[in-house]
Amino acid sequence: MSPLDRIANVSILKQHEVDKLYKVENRPTSSTSDQFCFLVRPRIKTMKYIADIINADKMAGRSRKYKIIFSPQKFYACEMVLEEEGVFGDVSCDEWSFYLLPLDDDIISMELPEFFRDYFLEGDHRWINCVARALQLLNSLYGPFSKAYGIGRCAKMSYELWRDLEEESESDSQGRKPEIGNIFLMDRDTDYVTALCSQVVYEGLVDDTFRIKCGSVDFGPDVTSSDKSIKVLLNSQDKVFSQIRNEHFSSVFGFLSQKSRNLQAQYDRRRGMDIKQMKNFVSQELKGLKQEHRLLSLHIGACESIMKKKTKQDFQEMIKTEHSLLEGFDIRESTSFIEEHIDRQVSPIESLRLMCLLSITENGLIPKDYRSLKTQYLQSYGPEHLLTFHNLKRIGLLTEQSPGETLTAVESKVSKLVTDRAAGKITDAFNSLARKSNFRGISKKLGLIPRVDGEYDLKMPRDMAYVFSGAYIPLSCKIIEQVLERKSWLGLEEVLRLLNGNEFSVTESAGEDSPAWESQRIILTVFLGGCTFSEIAALRFLGKEKGYKFIFLTTAITNSARMMEAMIETKA
Amino acid sequence: MLTIHCGQNHLKESKRAVNSLRDIVDDDDDDLEKVSWSGDPVGSISWSIKETASSSTSSLESRDSSLQKGYSSYSAFPKQASSYSLSSLFKGEGSCSAWFQLMKSSPVGGRTVIHVAEGLKGEEQVGSWGLVQPGDLPHHPYTIFYLLCLQVCSLERFRSLQDKLVLLDEAVAGHDGNIITAVKILFQELEVRQVALCHLIHFLKETSEQKLLLDLLRFLDRTEEVALSQYREHLNIQDVEKRREFLKGCIGLPFSAEDTSHVQDHYTLLERQIIIEANDRHLETAGQSEIFRKYPRKASILNMPLVTTLFYSCFYHYTEAEGTFSSPTNLKKTFKIPDKQYVLTALAARAKLRAWNDVDALFTTKNWLGYTKKKAPIGFHRVVEILQRNNAPVQVLQEYVRLVEDVETQLNLATKYKCHDVVIDTYRDLKDRIQLAAYRCKVERGSAEEEKIDSILNNTQIRWKN
Repeated sequence: MSPLDRIANVSILKQHEVDKLYKVENRPTSSTSDQFCFLVRPRIKTMKYIADIINADKMAGRSRKYKIIFSPQKFYACEMVLEEEGVFGDVSCDEWSFYLLPLDDDIISMELPEFFRDYFLEGDHRWINCVARALQLLNSLYGPFSKAYGIGRCAKMSYELWRDLEEESESDSQGRKPEIGNIFLMDRDTDYVTALCSQVVYEGLVDDTFRIKCGSVDFGPDVTSSDKSIKVLLNSQDKVFSQIRNEHFSSVFGFLSQKSRNLQAQYDRRRGMDIKQMKNFVSQELKGLKQEHRLLSLHIGACESIMKKKTKQDFQEMIKTEHSLLEGFDIRESTSFIEEHIDRQVSPIESLRLMCLLSITENGLIPKDYRSLKTQYLQSYGPEHLLTFHNLKRIGLLTEQSPGETLTAVESKVSKLVTDRAAGKITDAFNSLARKSNFRGISKKLGLIPRVDGEYDLKMPRDMAYVFSGAYIPLSCKIIEQVLERKSWLGLEEVLRLLNGNEFSVTESAGEDSPAWESQRIILTVFLGGCTFSEIAALRFLGKEKGYKFIFLTTAITNSARMMEAMIETKA
Repeated sequence: MLTIHCGQNHLKESKRAVNSLRDIVDDDDDDLEKVSWSGDPVGSISWSIKETASSSTSSLESRDSSLQKGYSSYSAFPKQASSYSLSSLFKGEGSCSAWFQLMKSSPVGGRTVIHVAEGLKGEEQVGSWGLVQPGDLPHHPYTIFYLLCLQVCSLERFRSLQDKLVLLDEAVAGHDGNIITAVKILFQELEVRQVALCHLIHFLKETSEQKLLLDLLRFLDRTEEVALSQYREHLNIQDVEKRREFLKGCIGLPFSAEDTSHVQDHYTLLERQIIIEANDRHLETAGQSEIFRKYPRKASILNMPLVTTLFYSCFYHYTEAEGTFSSPTNLKKTFKIPDKQYVLTALAARAKLRAWNDVDALFTTKNWLGYTKKKAPIGFHRVVEILQRNNAPVQVLQEYVRLVEDVETQLNLATKYKCHDVVIDTYRDLKDRIQLAAYRCKVERGSAEEEKIDSILNNTQIRWKN
């Protein structure tokens, strides 16, 4: 499903005299319409496709009207390409300032998956303006945020740009009562580890297995146990899904079976009903029950399919390896597990993911391992992945330990001495020297690996670690928890140093009386570069425990596979 | 995670329950519509977001010319070397007027520029976050250039950057030290402004301005990136012969030592694949070779990874002498494939053909006294798993189950794959009477296995531990 589907589906568009819909692709159209409207993201490639279509028309002597609507913004680069291709005069351009797509009651997506690669790999700031405008929009709808926290360079830039936009627009939001008390911005590179872990809460698992697109999933024949696929909208409206989405996968079975027993009981009630009761039953309850029945069988089908796929993949062993990596035990054993995974050509994406997890948790691979794993990877999945490894190194997801850690010591000393901006410059200057993850140290300081006495009860979780089977508290969520608790970054200095800093906290409504308590409970968490369903589940849990209400704004929903795929070079 | 196993029963149970309801609930599809949004079959909306992030670099067609090393010279560029001065590089009239236009036509455009500029507040302070007044611009030559680089995208004056690169080429070619320095300063200004530089590089990648990109990277001394950017071009070359030629040209590029050997291997691999493909296609169409008749090829071997090629070679050319390019041993030697990898792949291929003798030979080693012994560079539990996936008969399977070192794993595998003999022997060796007795009901009644269990249980010689 695409964002447009969520706003105006095909039938609505047809009502507005749209003749046909096409995907903008690298091939000529066969349409006979005399007007074309391109609704596009501002991408260079798309511009070239459009130019090709127009130029093909020109060659064929056909004249049409062309309109390009850029969403959310028009980039000058796009116009330039149109100009270069000689079609600039043939098109009229427009912008559709579409920044926010609510996927659910508490999730807003900007649907910009390319943000991750563009910013974190290419160092391109083009989307920051969009983030700032999205914030401006939210601000105009819900009043000013009274307190802002953030961590990461992009978070800082987005926040500052947004503040500038606010100042300039002179809107009268000042007098408004804030409905969202707090805002927390975070760069994805603050915590790659969490995004790289296999997801085991239901919604995350569904995303990892079937790919949720724009809040909807395509359940194939293996789930529906028929010969057709069904598109299902996954959100809080789905009565079954809303109850299992945040649960650990192992508790989902129990829930579903309980639910189906209840359903059975409700159907059974109709025995021994008289005509009138039966009439009531049919008119009032039956529809709901049928709906529930259908949802139940879909989710049971999905669970079965997930189980089938996961058992085939040695999921158990993989999870065990991930946990060892997170805890820092049996590194050799984990390394050879990954090696074998590669040798057996199990999955190129999963192999990459495991290597990255090993690298980040270990602060880079030791040179010998790096070389050998890379060679085997190229042999198993193709030599062109040379480029993938280069990208991963640049972004800092898969690095080689430098011989001798002296450099690191110098680096951290330097960054302690000089100002923030200068440090940033230094980091930038050594673009290839991607930042160190220091995961082990951070994990220790924040207690990310819960000490377990006996078995971790996944049905009655006691902390956010349940989203990873009790083995690991997601770093991103832990940071948010800590800062909200302290209402500042005070006391987290050591962690910040290991995280490479770039934190901020700003109190906006200084002069006003204490803002309404209700709004103070609401926290808008902004993930720059994507957030995972596991993180959402963890923060929902935290919200329930501490009485917060989290609203998620993300550039896109992400998971490990999407992140890895973004690093792979493809042909033009 | 152990809970998942117990959970499965729940799942089955709930599935049964739900299925049993099926006859009560008749299927009407209008409810379905509510749950599932579905457009019309045409469905696909013109701009659906691609799941993977954009990676729209590199050109549409192959540009073999980009392999040319060094700076190429542009004869078209007018030579007027004497009038070159630093400021004249910047004060192109066009640049300024374009800026004025930009500022007038869309204030938003100006802002975009400025916010980018924040990351690189140098001593010039390109207006911090505020809107730069058009009038401010032309005063400082550098300013124009920053803005140019930031918004190369926005200005058709981008040309002028290209001109500058050309100028650099010219300068280098003309050994005019003065100009080289002048242009260099310009680039250095860009270099310290990393964000602008990133934008420029990304933009060049996106617009497939390969030549310009390479020149810039060369100037910045990012030699490895130069090599990788050139190597990247091979992805756009469809024709295998052309691709092979291109890769050959890549070998000399300034990769790291490690990557040089990978690129060399890439070239060699494709070269081999082309030979193998031609031979095998011929064999297949001729219909003479039994293996190709029995197992027709599903796809060509061209551009496949090395391990896939090895599998293919173990499948179709297993017995060939080392001298032929298509033989597994030749591949193993040429590409220095580690034992472990080789054995895994050969095992998978031979097991798929159910060539159990070959499998046997793969693990058999002879010592100097002539005794044979089974050895594997991978765990025997993996061997068992691969064999089982290829439906190996129990006789074959149990031989390898016996070789699994860890007793517990061995027992688990034996039980899972019904290698009764192994299970029985293991319990006997463990002197575990209770388990053995319990296992008795898992074997067929009146079978040889049952008899065996009985005879062991009745054996008074054994000192049971329970």
